[in-house]
Amino acid sequence: MAVATERETVTLTIDGLEVAASEGATILDVALAAGIDVPRLCFDPRLKPVGACRLCIVDIEGVPGLPTACNTAATDGMVVHTETDELAGMRKDLLEIILGDHKVICPSCDKNGDCALMDYSYRYQADQFAYGVYQPGPIVPNFATGNEAIAFDPQLCITCGRCVRICDEVIMASALTITQRASKSEVTTPFDMPLNETSCVLCGMCISTCPTGAMYERAALGQGQCKDLEKVRSVCPYCGVGCVIELNVNRDTNRIVRVTSPIGCVPNDGNLCVKGKFGFEFVHSPERLTTPLIKENGAFREASWDEALELAGRKLREIRDEHGPDSIAFLSSCRCTNEENYLMQKVARTAGATNNIDQCATTCHAPTVAGLASSFGSGAMTNSIGEIKDVDTLFIIGSNPTEAHPIIGLEMKKALQDGAKLVVCDPRRTWVAEHADIHIQHRPGTDNMLINAMMRHIVDSGLHDAEFVEARTEHFAAFAENLRGFSVETAAEVCDVEADLIRRAAEMYALGDPSAIFYTLGITEHTTGTENVQNLANLAMLCGQIGKASSGVNPLRGQNNVQGGCDMGAMHGDFPGYQKVTNEAVRLKFGEAWDVEIPTNEGGRIPDFIEQAGEGTLRGFYVFGEDPVLSEPNQAKVIESLERLEFLVCQEIFMSETAKLADVVLPATSFAEKDGTFTNTERRVQRVRKAVDPPGEAKPDWEILCLMSTAMGHPLSYRDAGEIFDEMAGLTPSYGGMSFERIDEVGLQWPCPTPDHAGTKFLHEGSFTRGLGAFQVIDYREAAELPDAEYPYVLSTGRTLYNYNIGNMTQKASAIRQKQRRSFVEMHERDAAELGVADGDYVVVATRRGEVTVRAKVGQRTRPGALWMPFHFVDQPANRITNDAFDPVTRTAEYKVCAARLAPATATASVDA
Amino acid sequence: MSRIASPDELASLRDRLASAAEGKKRVLVCSTGCLAVGARDIDTAFRDGVAAAGLEAEVEVVQTGCHGLCAMAPVAVIEPHDIVYGRNRVKYVPDVISETVQRGEVIRRFCYQRDPGMAHVDDIPFYEHQTKRVLRNVGRIDPRRIEDAIQRGGYQAAAKAITTMQPDEVVAEVKTSAIRGRGGGGFPTGLKWEICKSFPGDDRYLICNADEGDPGAFMDRALLEGDPHSVIEGMIIAAYAIEATKGFIYVRAEYPIAVRHIRIAIDQAIEAGLLGSDILGSGFSLDIEVREGAGAFVCGEETAMIASLEGERGIARSKPPYPAEKGYLDQPTIINNVETFANVPLIVGEGGAAFGESGTEGSKGTKIFALAGQVNNTGLVEVPMGATIRDIVFGVGGGMPRNREFKAVQMGGPSGGCVPAAHLDLPIDYDSLREVGAIMGSGGMIVMDNTTCIVDIARFFITFCAEESCGLCAPCRLGTVRLQEILDRICEGDGTMADLDALERLGDVVSRTSLCGLGQTAPNPVLSTLRHFRDEYEAHVIDKTCPAGVCKALVPEKEPAAAGKEA
Repeated sequence: MAVATERETVTLTIDGLEVAASEGATILDVALAAGIDVPRLCFDPRLKPVGACRLCIVDIEGVPGLPTACNTAATDGMVVHTETDELAGMRKDLLEIILGDHKVICPSCDKNGDCALMDYSYRYQADQFAYGVYQPGPIVPNFATGNEAIAFDPQLCITCGRCVRICDEVIMASALTITQRASKSEVTTPFDMPLNETSCVLCGMCISTCPTGAMYERAALGQGQCKDLEKVRSVCPYCGVGCVIELNVNRDTNRIVRVTSPIGCVPNDGNLCVKGKFGFEFVHSPERLTTPLIKENGAFREASWDEALELAGRKLREIRDEHGPDSIAFLSSCRCTNEENYLMQKVARTAGATNNIDQCATTCHAPTVAGLASSFGSGAMTNSIGEIKDVDTLFIIGSNPTEAHPIIGLEMKKALQDGAKLVVCDPRRTWVAEHADIHIQHRPGTDNMLINAMMRHIVDSGLHDAEFVEARTEHFAAFAENLRGFSVETAAEVCDVEADLIRRAAEMYALGDPSAIFYTLGITEHTTGTENVQNLANLAMLCGQIGKASSGVNPLRGQNNVQGGCDMGAMHGDFPGYQKVTNEAVRLKFGEAWDVEIPTNEGGRIPDFIEQAGEGTLRGFYVFGEDPVLSEPNQAKVIESLERLEFLVCQEIFMSETAKLADVVLPATSFAEKDGTFTNTERRVQRVRKAVDPPGEAKPDWEILCLMSTAMGHPLSYRDAGEIFDEMAGLTPSYGGMSFERIDEVGLQWPCPTPDHAGTKFLHEGSFTRGLGAFQVIDYREAAELPDAEYPYVLSTGRTLYNYNIGNMTQKASAIRQKQRRSFVEMHERDAAELGVADGDYVVVATRRGEVTVRAKVGQRTRPGALWMPFHFVDQPANRITNDAFDPVTRTAEYKVCAARLAPATATASVDA
Repeated sequence: MSRIASPDELASLRDRLASAAEGKKRVLVCSTGCLAVGARDIDTAFRDGVAAAGLEAEVEVVQTGCHGLCAMAPVAVIEPHDIVYGRNRVKYVPDVISETVQRGEVIRRFCYQRDPGMAHVDDIPFYEHQTKRVLRNVGRIDPRRIEDAIQRGGYQAAAKAITTMQPDEVVAEVKTSAIRGRGGGGFPTGLKWEICKSFPGDDRYLICNADEGDPGAFMDRALLEGDPHSVIEGMIIAAYAIEATKGFIYVRAEYPIAVRHIRIAIDQAIEAGLLGSDILGSGFSLDIEVREGAGAFVCGEETAMIASLEGERGIARSKPPYPAEKGYLDQPTIINNVETFANVPLIVGEGGAAFGESGTEGSKGTKIFALAGQVNNTGLVEVPMGATIRDIVFGVGGGMPRNREFKAVQMGGPSGGCVPAAHLDLPIDYDSLREVGAIMGSGGMIVMDNTTCIVDIARFFITFCAEESCGLCAPCRLGTVRLQEILDRICEGDGTMADLDALERLGDVVSRTSLCGLGQTAPNPVLSTLRHFRDEYEAHVIDKTCPAGVCKALVPEKEPAAAGKEA
């Protein structure tokens, strides 16, 4: 099913135009492709056509009646007329029939300017009041009443059903339905339940597909009519999927009114999730930093840019000069652009004269970069998002795509609807687990035991791809020898799953045509993170499930630009494009380009910085768009360490927990206020564009970085982000062929070495980046902290659909706050019963490092004995209690396993008051 | 009942049952439609009376299906002389037993029109003008006893088909008969089966459409209630022909007796080895599942019915693909009406050519009609295709009550059209009706005299469709409402001549742009009445009068009794 067979073409005539089309295309597909705008209200290319509005009726010579173009196949020799006097008359009548039920005064409608019904009514001169004059009434209470995200005015609804169908077919949430029948048909939720009590995931795709103003963003109401808004094409600032978005800007108010996404765009085809759709309010938050701040006597005071820059630059330079390259460190930001990450590492290595540079990949996907680089030669998603729908067996391990990467989740849903098989290995029963053919709910931290057992079974059953192994890989013998120490039976015991499930999962993966692995932080955030990744690489190579379309090893990157942050060399050992600092020729190349001598100190990673700060050896720290106090494990220790710094500079858009500890805070800009690029998880470099002016005196980060460099004595300036990109591309072979012009509309996927290179859809075709794929010998190691009598539970942390990382952006959105304001802990009902905890009760979750009080979510999502908590909440921080034990290779913390205990909270411990 | 192992066993069982029944006195009490007027008590009274008289050995009281003459309910037929008694009363049952059942004497007061000359089935014009073929068992058997059906030849045709014919031969036989679908569309049944067979599929399905929803129509109901086995037999033959092993009967839940009887019949047929696995030892198997509708008229539309069977909302789907290509679960599926299936055993039994001898050139066989409205003999009738409206209304139906003037007949329910008096001699078949703006439909005939306002009738039917639209496509969902609003206006006396043009234009748009048959035919009552009775519309609009005296706003308050007088 992976490779669509070449479809035969048919030739037909539409409105006198002879056009070729692939067999199976509808008349509407063909007409739209030929630029013929056949009117349509119930059609959305993302949905199965139903022919409900009847506007796309056409005349086909020799065919009786008036078939609808949207669901009539184009056949060879067909002669179609899409616009005749008769059709125009019918359409006018149809529109007038519909308008009789569309009770709105158009001049006062927010949708004015982007309303398909209005456009067609004008085109066919339909009379709004042909069947009587009406006065719209107040909105009757309905399922969306009071919902902060979505509002619904039934008076405007023309019951085309698109919202219901997109919720059903694309999102598979089925939160909407049509109640009643005939003219009483009305969009609602099952049993008219309030939206937030249904299976609605607040993606707002009902709004995205609504051809009228019936479904709309509550917050956008009255903020500007569509006709007056400017759409600025950009990239979503949340997860690594990198959805193309349009910021709809009201120039009069300098505000983003709503976020939309154009249907057909790559990679998300107009689809968004709750964060992309409703999570932009932070841009206009009154809590934004608007002026530089200097701490004096323990309190911040406002300062001028000159004063703040002079102080910050001077202090960092003095420390560096006095205590050497390891006395200062730079923490770059994967929330920010490639240009800014490039600049940050440049500033560190030039003005800072140190390789002490890192970014948040250390916290999450560093094991991917290290692990896949050692196995394949490059550490990134091997395939494209667009290939997912054609995967035959999806093998998802340690990943919750429908929440953490919702749009990739949609592609997986497409594959499932197309009959794909699904294996999910996850200690939690996530959406994909619930829909899996096989769900292996293994004990947290036993991934390598499981993977080795699967591989042992594959080898024993002769299901491995011996030809691929022979031709494309090395070190197989040692790897195979190591496997002999593992067995399905032992794994079943250690992982606490049925042996037969392991065998079936192994077979389903090995026999998939093709199979692809998808993983996220459930694999990397372990003390065995790098080994986990390497072992997945082993599995793919063993079965020859890599190096082809829809088949490979696919880490789903977390932050919007964590791929770019890594690509840009904001890491101690790498220059942009993973060129090694230890390579002298590379150092010379960059030294020449930047006109400095590149420092040779080894440099460290975030946990090193924190440790060294605690020890007093790291004295100056420049933190840019990161909040380690909330994002690093063992919060108390992080705070204690950072407080010992001699000088801390934070460049931020909000007063973060880390910024509170700073000596100087520089007000920066959000993604919506600057130009640049992000690189998404499929290696696609996409344009980010300035949509609104920054608040107060806040400046684009790349400008601040230049000013800081200058203040540190190394003058630096650029005309614009494009100039930085060009400099970077000139030094980075994998980005070498890219420019702002080339990625104006659709981004390019690296490697893209030359201006005529089309980019790379999937990696390792024919040969691996490193030549032969390297099998690694991976043993099973237990997690660093295992449950015991005192701390009997295993706690994992992770992300929810509604919030993002430390929550300082998502929690500014009223829609999201309404849906998910507070933290919680998921626990199994059996454990809850033993402890006498009921769903919704307050409980104290404690580890050796501290405790947090949250509500219990009791059910079957976790295994008995396992707990799970989100890490998004500043006042209930999960990282107060996580374990600061690290992967030895990448220093990534074991956020997914620590020992915990849980007890009902005392009545006064409420934090929700 | 023990399992019948072969066609031979079935034949000998039939013979045994037939000879045992010979010459038996039977009281056939309609226990379906007549239940509404006390048939249960009549049945009990007969049983008690027979017992009291010690006649159990020689007289059998049978609960049957409909005798057709619903105007005289509750009806009982007394064999062996086929004496028909209507308007039975419990207190007179002892007299009937002692005089008619025992002595064969006719009691005048229970006779049709109290005329002792019309005591016997064959005497009454209502029956005389009919040709009971499909209805041959209805009213003659206890539908809950498979032995009764077998005794009258039930399952013989199925046995013949599955043990002596190839599936393609069965299809050929049905094609030869030239029977057209009785559900309303009139598509050639054999061709439908052939098309279905021509599409490859993992499975094939057949569906019996028993979701009879037209107001005033009760043909399918009478068949399912009175002779469910002939429907099952037709389905067995059809399934064998298209090589399906699974069938559904989608029946409206508002027909509890039909549901009960069909379920009993299925259970008994399975027990007898006539349904289920390895039917009559032939190796052919068929599973039939009964599904009850939930009150949506549109689920009688085939694509909506399939959606409903699949567990989806009853929403119509675009055609093509037709169900024969992609139906239930996207597999090739045939959907036939109850009456069509009930015809199939006749076709296979006597041969397609013989079947085709009755009827007209383009419409073969007989057709069952539900005769309702302003006619003396309301009820269930079966006539050969090609009978005229006059034959049915004045022959079978016995003409108009109180000799009022015939005005029109609504053929085909809400999807059909009004046929005026000028076409009384129109031979009824699929094509002739279409020519006058009506359709055969499933067979509802509503007779109107001049106390019926034609605008009001049009409004009634469009209101029905406007409420029963599935709501998917805009013209049907909303266009019907706009039509209704205009008709409301006209009936209220607020209509204009522009409204008449609007009705025509809108009716045309709705019928030509709607997605499924419901919307495509919904404007028919409006368009056909406008065509044949424009005068009456204009009287409402220009003269502001309702000639039939029905539209209250247009009737002068002084003479409310004007109803019924000539306009």
